[in-house]
Amino acid sequence: MTNQTSWEPKIIAFLCTWCSYAGADLAGVSRFQYPPNIRIVKVPCSGRVSANMILSALKSGADGVLISGCHPGDCHYISGNYFARRRFGLFSNLLDFVGIEPGRVNFSWISASEGEQFAEVVKTVTERVKKLGPATRLVKKQSVQVDRL
Amino acid sequence: MPTINETITQEIRAKAKELLESKEVAAFLGFCQGSLPMTTRPFVARSPEEADKLVWNSFCVLNPANYLPELLKSLEPPRGPRDPAPEGPLPKAALLATGCWSRNIAIQIKENQLDRDRVVIVGIASRGMVDQRKIRARFPDQEILKVEEQDHKLKVSGQNFEEEINRWDMVRGNCLTCLHPDPVMLDVRIGAAGQERKNDTPFQQVDEIKNKSTDERWQWFQDEFASCIRCYACRNACPLCYCDTCFVDDSKPQWVGKSIDPVDTGLFHILRAYHCAGRCTDCGACESVCPMDINMRILTKKLSMDVLALYGSEAGMDPEAPLPLSTYKTDDPQDFILSESGAAKEGI
Repeated sequence: MTNQTSWEPKIIAFLCTWCSYAGADLAGVSRFQYPPNIRIVKVPCSGRVSANMILSALKSGADGVLISGCHPGDCHYISGNYFARRRFGLFSNLLDFVGIEPGRVNFSWISASEGEQFAEVVKTVTERVKKLGPATRLVKKQSVQVDRL
Repeated sequence: MPTINETITQEIRAKAKELLESKEVAAFLGFCQGSLPMTTRPFVARSPEEADKLVWNSFCVLNPANYLPELLKSLEPPRGPRDPAPEGPLPKAALLATGCWSRNIAIQIKENQLDRDRVVIVGIASRGMVDQRKIRARFPDQEILKVEEQDHKLKVSGQNFEEEINRWDMVRGNCLTCLHPDPVMLDVRIGAAGQERKNDTPFQQVDEIKNKSTDERWQWFQDEFASCIRCYACRNACPLCYCDTCFVDDSKPQWVGKSIDPVDTGLFHILRAYHCAGRCTDCGACESVCPMDINMRILTKKLSMDVLALYGSEAGMDPEAPLPLSTYKTDDPQDFILSESGAAKEGI
């Protein structure tokens, strides 16, 4: 993170293995261009992603977080993303309440057939995070964990 | 003429004696006088004689539901982890419960922490508990040695002073905005039944902060929790926090550092509050035990507000209903999902 012009955000993306990860795969196979700012963490289901994991990403210096799962109704485990939706709804409101900028933590639904949409979402998220600048809130100083990814 | 609380104290003692003498319960969980003014201690009476130590006053700020699962476990005959459960009914315990405490008991039952058949709920309509911080703030440079309670007044006295103050002015913030002072479930009632209260703005405190800008809210969050010493008293006093290993004690991965670095403190408080989402009954125990006078209750209050607005449920009010985060509807609100992702547009 030297100066503003050369700064590129690091975004951690938690993608569910059945839909969003496959969507990312399709984006690659179909050669849709999207910004190289995301680091993907493959999770079994969006319901697997806990608040701890999101905050851990921020704490370790991620400038943005994206959580993506199957569309409601399409969950491989039938209802995982429905539970996740309730939890994330409350969590994103709580983050907003304590003053985390809207746009740092993003949620989306992407199916395995939506390669183009995946590229679109990554573009949107990257732009949002770029506009916000480097993360400063809830970032623990001297943390280098993200650099190793 | 005895005050309301003195009458209730007598009734509690009589009831506790009756239950313990008849061996219906093996223990009665209530409060006894603390060693300092304005304090009470949670107390378990195990014999009819001990029941005389029980008291009821405006300083019963801890939540007895917090001690109930442990107490019931301690009443069971000792056995190894693989031994079969003893035959026949296990010993019961009775405990005092106001509105919020009874809702906590309902949640513990729902979460399989408690067996309803082993609990005798002695219900009392709460008149609001007094915040000793407020009394101390009223007499800043004086040492308070004694507080005597009347029905609507508190007589505060110290070395060179004695003053009568209005009781309601000293009541805790959560009790001021409480809507359900009467227990939602009970087996025995002590004192008169309480009325549901009306309040058009139960979440006013939250709204005041919500209306600030993002940067102001961040500043508020930093300032409010800056003095936290990470003693975890708020967690330990909470009847919802019963995990064998708390996330703050996890070391691989270490979600939250052990230091009082503002980031670690902030993460701790965000996650502590978040784990109480849809379960917190706003009993105020966390705030009452905080040695640094932090108002962490505002975070759980914010979550209660959202749970009510988004999923239409109030923690513990309906002992039969599933907890809001252990259920879902197919049409739950999802306006926080990025609308750019094609099909989400349809969902919104």
